[in-house]
Amino acid sequence: MSDVIVQVENLSKKYILGQQRQERYQSFRDVIGRRTKALMRPFRKSSTKKQAIGEEFWALKNVSFDIRQGDRVGVIGRNGAGKSTLLKVLSRITEPTQGRIGIRGRVASLLEVGTGFHPELTGRENIYLNGAILGMSRTEIRRKFDEIVSFAEVEKFLDTPVKRYSSGMYVRLAFAVAAHLEPEILVVDEVLAVGDTTFQKKCLGKMQEVSTEGRTILFVSHNSSAIASLCDRGLVLDKGQVRAYTSSMEALSLYNNEINQNTFVRDRELNNPHIQKVELDQDLLEQGTLKVNVHFESPWDLNPPIVGMVVSSLYGMPLFGTNPRIHTKGFQPRSMRSGIATMQIDHLPLHSGSYKISIWLGDNHQDYDSITDALTFDFISPQFMANLPSVDIIGPFNIPAQWRLENDAQYTVYA
Amino acid sequence: MSNYSKPLVIEAGRSERQYWQDLWRYRELFYFLAWRDILVRYKQTAIGVAWALIRPVLTMIVFTVVFGGLAKLPSDGVPYPILVFSAMLPWQFFANALSECSNSLISNANLISKVYFPRLVVPTSAVIVSFVDFLISGIVLLALMAWYDFVPSWRILTLPGFILIAFIAAMGAGLWLAALNVKYRDFRYIVPFIIQFGLYVSPVGFSSSIVPEAWRWLYSLNPMVGVIDGFRWAILGGQTQLYLPGFFLSTGLVVLLFAGGVHYFRAYERTFADVI
Repeated sequence: MSDVIVQVENLSKKYILGQQRQERYQSFRDVIGRRTKALMRPFRKSSTKKQAIGEEFWALKNVSFDIRQGDRVGVIGRNGAGKSTLLKVLSRITEPTQGRIGIRGRVASLLEVGTGFHPELTGRENIYLNGAILGMSRTEIRRKFDEIVSFAEVEKFLDTPVKRYSSGMYVRLAFAVAAHLEPEILVVDEVLAVGDTTFQKKCLGKMQEVSTEGRTILFVSHNSSAIASLCDRGLVLDKGQVRAYTSSMEALSLYNNEINQNTFVRDRELNNPHIQKVELDQDLLEQGTLKVNVHFESPWDLNPPIVGMVVSSLYGMPLFGTNPRIHTKGFQPRSMRSGIATMQIDHLPLHSGSYKISIWLGDNHQDYDSITDALTFDFISPQFMANLPSVDIIGPFNIPAQWRLENDAQYTVYA
Repeated sequence: MSNYSKPLVIEAGRSERQYWQDLWRYRELFYFLAWRDILVRYKQTAIGVAWALIRPVLTMIVFTVVFGGLAKLPSDGVPYPILVFSAMLPWQFFANALSECSNSLISNANLISKVYFPRLVVPTSAVIVSFVDFLISGIVLLALMAWYDFVPSWRILTLPGFILIAFIAAMGAGLWLAALNVKYRDFRYIVPFIIQFGLYVSPVGFSSSIVPEAWRWLYSLNPMVGVIDGFRWAILGGQTQLYLPGFFLSTGLVVLLFAGGVHYFRAYERTFADVI
């Protein structure tokens, strides 16, 4: 098809673990030693060779997918799934072992913020240097210079060496240069994890702006909400292979099913009343319902057992808490030794994002057990809105409200 | 919209066809990397660029005293300091270029593993940096000539040709060492040794005319002999003779070294990011 801009076919990339991990570079002596050994044992050459090669590791294995013009693809996967290797191969930093990629257009990759910045050089000098490294021409940089400086908010420090910059300024300047590249295909690795939230939002906004201009974006992030708001396609990688290539929402929920710690199991026996296991129902969560089962055990009767729960943001800020003494409706207290306490919230009033749950066990008299951050879950709101402002600005709660417009009779002149 | 009319193809074992086109597209990077290294070199130094002058001048004084003054070696009828300095120029250039070049890939490892650009840019800009130093220390030679009232002959016009040979020699050896250094860090220790050793086996402190005629061709196996003799021939004029068979042998070796260096570098370039 004509609008396919990136075509990846059976891409594989192999690393040799011995070379990659233990000794990142070989010493000449080793090679001479090995060659000498091989000379002395010509008949056992094959075994020596095998030993020298070490363990193979396929960072990518038979990866195939197409990207069309204007697609915004989020690449999702655990650590070591091959995301960064894929980006490195796509941006021609390293060469594939097998397979083929066809690319139509200029690729700019941003795998790290501030690559090539030199600490001794001033901000102004670094803008030119970094621009050139990223593939901009001098005239292009000069044309965008003011824009870059104002985006980075470093006007006053342009002639200060960047080694004296605060880390925030450094990152802002670095991103600003990269953000003003004008490639047809922009490849971005987890770079938004740096800088303060306002700046992160600015970066996301800039990337959104880039994508509305019809450019293609490949974006790796562990931040589900960033992927949800920026990308329309999702590529799930697992152990170097493509698990799924679908809409970003579907890809995220597939990934979340796997990645999230939605069960907690206590791994040792305790003689006190304790929490044994905590489970979160992922299927119900996707429909907007938070349902958590807490298995507890006790050597003696608890009358009644009381389980409490606090949901907090990923940064640890408590958002809300509940227990059967606060929310008594439908709760029938009774004496028990072991059992399951179930909590359910229909229409969870939260925006999409990552949250944590802490669990507490006690009775009417004392505390017995508590597990901080027992579970982590990514919530994708069923009423997902693409243009939602960041949770960092509007807060995590999605409280239903009604809005209405009316004419104001007092000022209506033209009505 | 697209800069490439044909799609770019990335495939195993296939060096990209756009390589030389890319090298041209990234031509400004040569300049920027060299500019960075020059800027950085003398930041936070009190006397700055003067260092590019002081080092060769001091070496020249030592050589003049030791070889000309104490050992009383012949000077082919020119002031000994000029004899020494006309060889010191290409030698210092070669030595600096070699050490900068061989370390260039490693000191830019973060760039290599995070950004794409034709890797040849890095060692080449390292040589360019040394070339700038070469031009600066050229001023010293002019000053010496003025001091001794030494007027060069027409041969000085051929100097750019010899500068080119020096450049190619430095590039050739530099590319080999840069690529080898990525894989075998042993070369980090070998290079200073080559430079130290080379200073004594090259005719820097003395004229190569003191080498017995029968051994001159053997002596010319050192590629720098051709370069240095060429420099002397062009700058000193007068009775200085160029031993032609030796010069062509040296120059031929320089060209071979360069061609081999480019080839080796290109072959290993693709694995740099994985190995460095």
